[in-house]
Amino acid sequence: MPSILIVFTHPALEKSRVHRRLLRSPPELPGLTVNDLYENYPDYDVDVRREQELLLAHDVIVHQHPFYWYSVPPLLKQWQDLVLEHGWAYGSRGTALRGKRTLHVISTGGSAAAYQPQGDNRFTVRALLAPWEQTARLCGMEFLPPFVIHGTHGLTDPELESAADRYREFLVGLHDGSLRLKPDALYAEAPDGPDKQSSEDVQP
Amino acid sequence: MSGQSFLFQAFIYLTAAVIAVPIAKRLGLGSVLGYLLAGVAIGPHVLGLIGIEGRDVMHFAEFGVVMMLFVVGLELEPSLLWRLRRPILGMGGLQVLLTTGAVSAIGLALRLPWQSALAVGMVLTMSSTAIVLQTLNEKALLKTAGGQSSFAVLLFQDIAVIPMLAVFPMLATGRAIPGQAGVPAESVLATLPGWAQTLAVLGAVTFVVVGGRYLIRPVFRAIAKARAREAFTAAALLLVIGVALLMTSVGLSPALGAFLAGVMLATSEYRHELVSDIEPFKGLLLGLFFIAVGAAIDFRLVAGHPALVGGLVLAVIAVKAAVLFGLARGFGLDADQSLLFALGLPQVGEFAFVLLSFAGQEGVLGASITSPLVAVVAISMAVTPLLFLLNERLLQPRFGTRGQEARDADAIEEQAPVLVAGYGAFGSTVGRLLRANGVLVTVLDLDADRVDLLRDMGQKVHYGDASRLDLLHAAGAGQARLLILGLDSPEKTLELVQTARKHFPNLTILARAFDWNDSFDLLDAGVPNVYRDTLDTALRTGTDALRLLGFRAHQAHRAAQKFLKHDEESMRHLSGHRRDRGQYISAARQRIEDLEQMLLADLQEPGMDRDKGWDPESLVEEYKNR
Repeated sequence: MPSILIVFTHPALEKSRVHRRLLRSPPELPGLTVNDLYENYPDYDVDVRREQELLLAHDVIVHQHPFYWYSVPPLLKQWQDLVLEHGWAYGSRGTALRGKRTLHVISTGGSAAAYQPQGDNRFTVRALLAPWEQTARLCGMEFLPPFVIHGTHGLTDPELESAADRYREFLVGLHDGSLRLKPDALYAEAPDGPDKQSSEDVQP
Repeated sequence: MSGQSFLFQAFIYLTAAVIAVPIAKRLGLGSVLGYLLAGVAIGPHVLGLIGIEGRDVMHFAEFGVVMMLFVVGLELEPSLLWRLRRPILGMGGLQVLLTTGAVSAIGLALRLPWQSALAVGMVLTMSSTAIVLQTLNEKALLKTAGGQSSFAVLLFQDIAVIPMLAVFPMLATGRAIPGQAGVPAESVLATLPGWAQTLAVLGAVTFVVVGGRYLIRPVFRAIAKARAREAFTAAALLLVIGVALLMTSVGLSPALGAFLAGVMLATSEYRHELVSDIEPFKGLLLGLFFIAVGAAIDFRLVAGHPALVGGLVLAVIAVKAAVLFGLARGFGLDADQSLLFALGLPQVGEFAFVLLSFAGQEGVLGASITSPLVAVVAISMAVTPLLFLLNERLLQPRFGTRGQEARDADAIEEQAPVLVAGYGAFGSTVGRLLRANGVLVTVLDLDADRVDLLRDMGQKVHYGDASRLDLLHAAGAGQARLLILGLDSPEKTLELVQTARKHFPNLTILARAFDWNDSFDLLDAGVPNVYRDTLDTALRTGTDALRLLGFRAHQAHRAAQKFLKHDEESMRHLSGHRRDRGQYISAARQRIEDLEQMLLADLQEPGMDRDKGWDPESLVEEYKNR
């Protein structure tokens, strides 16, 4: 069974209803670790050795964070810059991450419609994650499509609950392999077929 | 004292207390019953170690009641007292009126003359402040609705003694026996006309109120500045005794005066210190008082008329409890609280002894009435702890919840989660940061000037030596979550750490240290959160030095960050080593050795300032070799 590392990056968790709820939803899975970057490194002093050991010890790397200016919070960028060292993560001798899988779990204020070529934001979330997709590729990792919760500003409590449930099922599916993965397609369908609600959260 | 030396007497009393109280507490009977039983044991009718001089001891020990009311006053802010006005006047007033009425009616039915019946009624309406407050306090019931009502009634009774003493001479049926002075009505003012007496009384009360507010604090500040603990204790005792004398001289109850003085000082910064100074005296004197009560029970009389005395005790308790229960329900207390109230107060109090002897002197009551009544009073007091037990073990378990819980949230709200000991530059910076983020902080500091200044600026700061257990208790260490130590002395810090770790194991300690040695000591004492005073300042200085030498700001900042981490790790590492090496080398030698180890550790990690991810060196190499 693949082990999962959730690298969680949020500079103001106390103000985020969505991420507080999501953080409570990870199921009790063997080998699931939550690594809260802003809690561990409030002064951006990322412990490179510790982070590399955590990466080595897990098979799936999940980056959970809000979408700030179409990108990640700054500490995750710092983490990326310092932890993914040349000769370790990439380069001719950098093979530490090879064969692992990685993906992003993202909350956005904008709606799913806005993150379309015709929408206000002009790009899909997946397209905006191009630097991370390429990073994964350079490190020999498989980049999975993101799990996105859109429209967080208008999210009602029941909607948030159902999003958290889907996140939970998604992690279980990742862990036990029941999640159907189709390259370049929707993967977060319900196990018994596509359902309308989940297709809205997931970017092609 | 009947030939026996003072020391021998003290030896007897203390031995009795030391043996009886722990046993009584272990058996769950409470300390009051322990003292009473000790008194019975050493009294004239069992071991005969003390004789009738027990009476004198009792008068002396009544001063414990005065001190207790002072301490109670200290814990009662004026605003709270004002909120209690309805129960004090309403419940207290009605209790005195109804009980006096009921007992007098019974007296009349027993064919006593109406004057004697009224006098007996007034004597028996009193309850025992000493026993009730001590027991409620010990069982942490004072803050419950029943406890507060009990307190209100006791306070009113204290006030009511004054008019009673004034009324007694008018009730005389027999001939007054010219007795010794010492009761309030015989005060120095007795010769003055009525209006002058009233004026003197008002003047004395005003003096206590105004003096407590404006005079006492500068005096205590001056004494505190001298930093002599015993002088402070002496001043606290002087205050209580002075107020008691003043009140007695104008014919008021000294306990009431002490209470008033306590209330006036309840908001002062010396509150905790005063409480912990007076507390031991109060406890000992009260203990002595209870022992004397136990010794005063005349067993010959009881043995001679067991039915009479027993019946009277039962009747008194039944009548008083019935009145109290009815009052409590009438004032809207729940059934469980009403029971606590009714079974707490039905004994007859220590003032009854005063009133009875006064009544004897004034010829209000004959010896045939006063002698059995003294026994009744003493036995009713001795029975009180048993009534509390009955209530606690048999009656309260029948109620689902206790009244305590409703008030608890209130108490927690007021309780600051953080205690800061030592409010110098270090502690105050921590405290300001916490306060700026809405965290309540209780401050303890030993610098009177500083305490004063901070209080002027509207902060809640208490004066006192934080390494004292009683003061920690008073400041709420039992409920707080964090204890931050910003003291100036490593020895004091360590002492406090040991006290706190022993008595408040749930309290997380954050301690200021000065050098490695202190840090090691603190780590050894089980405090992982150690902050070296100079470390962060030195690193900031070093950072600026690097910048001035031409380092980029961020690089200098990163270097300091890494150094801090490395230094903390080395310190913790060395601490373990030091323990292994044993303590056989001198402290000075130790310091050198530690420094040497620290420098070696620096050398072993040359890459301390490397951020490889930002360093293209290896990438460039690989590019060139392609």
